[in-house]
Amino acid sequence: MATILLVFLLVSVITPTLTRLIGLRVFYVVAVLPAAAFVYTLTQTGVITAGDAVVQTLPWIPQLGISLTFRVDALAWLLSLVVTGVGALVLIYCARYFDADEPSLGRFAALLLAFAGTMYGLVTADDILVMFMFWEITSVLSYLLIGHYTAKRESRGAALQALLVTTFGGLVMLVGVVMISVDAGTTSLADIVANPSDSPVAIWAVLLILVGALSKSALIPFHFWLPAAMAAPTPVSAYLHAAAMVKAGIYLTARFAPGYADSPGWLPVLVTIGVWTMLMGAWRSLRQHDIKLMLAYGTVSQLGFLMVVVGFGTRDAALAGAALLLAHALYKATLFLVVGIIDHRAGTRDWRKLSGIGRREPALAVIALIAVASMAGLPPLLGFVAKESVFTAFLEAGLAGDGWGWIALAGTALGSVLTVAYSAKFFWGAFGTRPAISDTPLHASRWDFALAPGILTVATVLLGPFVMLIDPMLAAYADTVPGEGDYHLALWHGFEPALFLSAIVVLLGLVIFAQKKRVARWQASVPAWVDAGHGYGHTVRFIDRIAARTTHLAQRGGLPQYLSTILVVFVLALGAASFVNRTWPDTVVLWDYPAQVIIGLVMIIATVMAARVGQRMTAVLLAGVTGYGLVTLFAFHGAPDLALTQALVESITLVVVVLVLRRLPSRIAQHNKPMHRRRRAVIGALVGLTMGTIAIIALGARQWPDMAAEFARLAVEEGHGNNIVNVTLVDIRAWDTMGEIMVLIVVATGVASLLFVSGRSEQMPRLRESRKRREPQNRRRIVADPHASSAGHAVTRQSWLLGGRTQSPENRSIIIEVLVRLLFHPAIIVSIYLLFAGHNLPGGGFAGGLLAGLALVARYLAGGRYELGEAAPIDPGKILGLGVVLAVGTAVGSLFVSGIPLESAYFEADLPVLGHLSFGTSSIFDIGVYLVVIGLTLDILRSLGSEIDRQSELDEPGDDDPEHPTVPPIGNASSDAGDAIGFDASSDWVQAEAPAPGEGPQTAPITQPDHAADETSPTGGQR
Amino acid sequence: MSASLTLVIVMAVMYAAGIYIMLERSLTRVLIGFLLVGNATNLLIFIMSGRPGSSPIVTGTALDETIVDPLPQVLMLTAIVINFGMTALLLALIYRSWWLAQLGDEGDTLTDEHAAETSADSEVTFRSSSDDEAAVQASLDASEDGSDDDSGSTGSSDQEAGTR
Repeated sequence: MATILLVFLLVSVITPTLTRLIGLRVFYVVAVLPAAAFVYTLTQTGVITAGDAVVQTLPWIPQLGISLTFRVDALAWLLSLVVTGVGALVLIYCARYFDADEPSLGRFAALLLAFAGTMYGLVTADDILVMFMFWEITSVLSYLLIGHYTAKRESRGAALQALLVTTFGGLVMLVGVVMISVDAGTTSLADIVANPSDSPVAIWAVLLILVGALSKSALIPFHFWLPAAMAAPTPVSAYLHAAAMVKAGIYLTARFAPGYADSPGWLPVLVTIGVWTMLMGAWRSLRQHDIKLMLAYGTVSQLGFLMVVVGFGTRDAALAGAALLLAHALYKATLFLVVGIIDHRAGTRDWRKLSGIGRREPALAVIALIAVASMAGLPPLLGFVAKESVFTAFLEAGLAGDGWGWIALAGTALGSVLTVAYSAKFFWGAFGTRPAISDTPLHASRWDFALAPGILTVATVLLGPFVMLIDPMLAAYADTVPGEGDYHLALWHGFEPALFLSAIVVLLGLVIFAQKKRVARWQASVPAWVDAGHGYGHTVRFIDRIAARTTHLAQRGGLPQYLSTILVVFVLALGAASFVNRTWPDTVVLWDYPAQVIIGLVMIIATVMAARVGQRMTAVLLAGVTGYGLVTLFAFHGAPDLALTQALVESITLVVVVLVLRRLPSRIAQHNKPMHRRRRAVIGALVGLTMGTIAIIALGARQWPDMAAEFARLAVEEGHGNNIVNVTLVDIRAWDTMGEIMVLIVVATGVASLLFVSGRSEQMPRLRESRKRREPQNRRRIVADPHASSAGHAVTRQSWLLGGRTQSPENRSIIIEVLVRLLFHPAIIVSIYLLFAGHNLPGGGFAGGLLAGLALVARYLAGGRYELGEAAPIDPGKILGLGVVLAVGTAVGSLFVSGIPLESAYFEADLPVLGHLSFGTSSIFDIGVYLVVIGLTLDILRSLGSEIDRQSELDEPGDDDPEHPTVPPIGNASSDAGDAIGFDASSDWVQAEAPAPGEGPQTAPITQPDHAADETSPTGGQR
Repeated sequence: MSASLTLVIVMAVMYAAGIYIMLERSLTRVLIGFLLVGNATNLLIFIMSGRPGSSPIVTGTALDETIVDPLPQVLMLTAIVINFGMTALLLALIYRSWWLAQLGDEGDTLTDEHAAETSADSEVTFRSSSDDEAAVQASLDASEDGSDDDSGSTGSSDQEAGTR
């Protein structure tokens, strides 16, 4: 069975391609598949007759107890035959229904085939969650199939309506499904039904599942989507909305009825809603002019009927329900297909415009007549047999003292009267000859158009007299329902009450049909009751509006309000949780060592001051103090790796912040009113308090000793390293690190894209003559410094840094240049040492990368952006990319070797000079980390350093270059409107930068600095 | 496990001050708040490693007995570096928004005008689906409208039949 489903999936996937190759004939090809499933199901008949079931199980999610279990018992057997048999016939029918130039035919064929497969899965799945999955897939496929004519409004609207209604039901049902599977302790439908529970949970769960069934089978109040879905192509209506999908709800009810029909609420709900739906559907069917809609409302009516019967919960009713289900599938699919033929050939479905079709198409008329007679319940057809058995079952139940039996009998009998009436009216409408209008012109069509409905009709005819052939199989299902009953399906039961009832029903129905004009006038005079379709529209519109209004309301406060909302919710939720907490730590010490108090005090003071000062730089420096405070705390606490990393990060952060802030006004503008200040202080204090409490509770809640010992063992034995932290990063929990370097790459890209508007791929700023300088013979030549005169000196003054000359003399410091020159290379070597030593000693890829980054920062600070370009003449993106390639390569490589990603391998060797060496693949991973960190730092430096330099140089008025129009600095804009983000327009800084008033309020920011300007400004002087 | 109250207090103060600063409209303030909250969070994780001990480096000596919990350190190490990256990103944002400097005095608050615009937009979106809806209803209702009398609409149906 699982194999069949798999084949369905595969063939569906290739169907669109196949359609492109062979056109309409594809339907014949794919129809083979459901036909094969039909035959396969027939081969299981022997097992079914014996009352057994064919079961197949594949494990899927054992942790949740979910398995791909398929179980064909009598009910599943019946449904499988219906969905595969009708499915194959409908697919064949499609080959004639569509024209070869139908748009998106391939998609349609694939979806219809996939739908057939899904239905097969739905009725055979034994795992209730797998069944639910198929259930939802049918909803989605039905959405796509109803919306086949994507250009038509009705199609789109109807598709969405069907999707929303059925998925709403599905959602409710999911709750029930989870509840009942948890309550029963199994996900097997067979077990759940075989051992029904009467706990409140199970009772509610079943009612929730019924909501899903009602919505799927289009019962009141969900019935409106089915007529609307008639916007779909007729094969879809015939298959999904008559034979297959709407039967899913009936199937589920029938599935649960043996176990849960006596659970409270079940019978009242099903009988009331079912009878109401049956009457309402039939009533509205009589009013329709569109013969397809007539059938659609008829289907709604019949689904109500079916629901009453299969849900009734006696053995005879279950048998009758199974027979009725089969009969309905046969005649309703036939009728839809006939309507499709009429629509296709006459071009209209309005019976007021149809005339003389029956006279000219006798074969079609006979097929339709038989189906209609079966629908109306006339002997000797299957519909008659089914309806007889239904009446008998209800009569028996009523006589046995069940009040619901009488209600069901009366309701369905009345409904059947109307059914006879609309059946007759349908046939008269579709095939009658109206003297007032001329014969409807018909397009020619091939004879085999009527093949599919013909075959279905043959089944209807044959199964009437020979119903005893399927009686054992249907009885096998019915016998699972507890209770007495020995009814057998047969055409002739003698003169029983049910026979008289049938006769009366048919008679009354024909009377109504004969009086159809009077009835129609009466119907028109009855005011329309609440129309669920309109109600649905109002509901959806209302929800849309509410959602929009809520969004407008909640999302207009700007960042502070969003943050406040999040934080208040955070405090309320966690504060409430900590109130009910009962685990507090045994001991709370005041301090671990006295110095901790002093460090803590310094940090607190710095923090409080950072909150109060108005100077940007001061605030940043004070925040930096807390960072360095952490460094000392880490160092005292036994965390050398952390101390090293934090110290490096803190230093780079300070530099980077300064790089950006030098362009901004020095004071932070105060826009907040005192009221806000108090509110902010309250929120801040509450968050602080909550976090403190959480920390203490978390410590107290900890029950197990830490994993230090285990980590130490893992690090040494598995990771071949002594530094547990580093080994954890690159080996034991390397996946985490993998994720984290990805974050770094995203961040680097983000920073670069915020600064380099036109793309990062611009050339690194390089000195002109650098290539020549790099040639070996020029390496040692002393570079003449153009800014310092060498006249009068014996030795030409030497430039320590190549890029130093690009700095203006007042910005240069020879001491720094010398220091950087001397320290850069050792720093790089130390960083590489840290990288490799990290496996056993403090260090590692992060620390090494940061140190290398810091060395680059120093080069940049001493020599400017040209120096940076010379120091790292490579695109940061390439470094980042190389790092990722190494890290991911390690993961993928070990996948090939051991099958487990990031599993490390080690090579050990004794070398003459270096001694015992152990080199692991985790080191390659660490090199990747190292490169990513360098790339990140370089990207940040290039963006926040070099690029800001370049932009600010462009801003400065060119003294000696009147040709070059000055682009106004941003300060201009910020002085009148740009201080919204908090820059004090009145500060001196802005005043100094602001252009003269004569330049006018030009506000366009610089977007595309050109390369010509780039060349001239810094280096122009020296050449 | 026991806790050092000093560290908890330092952390709480850093959170409180950080949030207080972060709730301002100025992006620079948000950055400073972010720095403080980031450090406070690192401290929170750090507190979870318990009392001080020897560094988590296996030496094969008695020091190994007192090794502190290495897991919080691992978490923090990457957190520190990511913190740095996020700081840089915030700085880039600050610079960029200062550069554009196009936001009005309201910052990123939606003005009423803007709100009306957005609701107009969403109205258009809804209308499309409502129209689909209405089309369905109309086509369904059309099948029930009018008289049930087949002779009443003869003229029009003749015409229509003729055109087909």
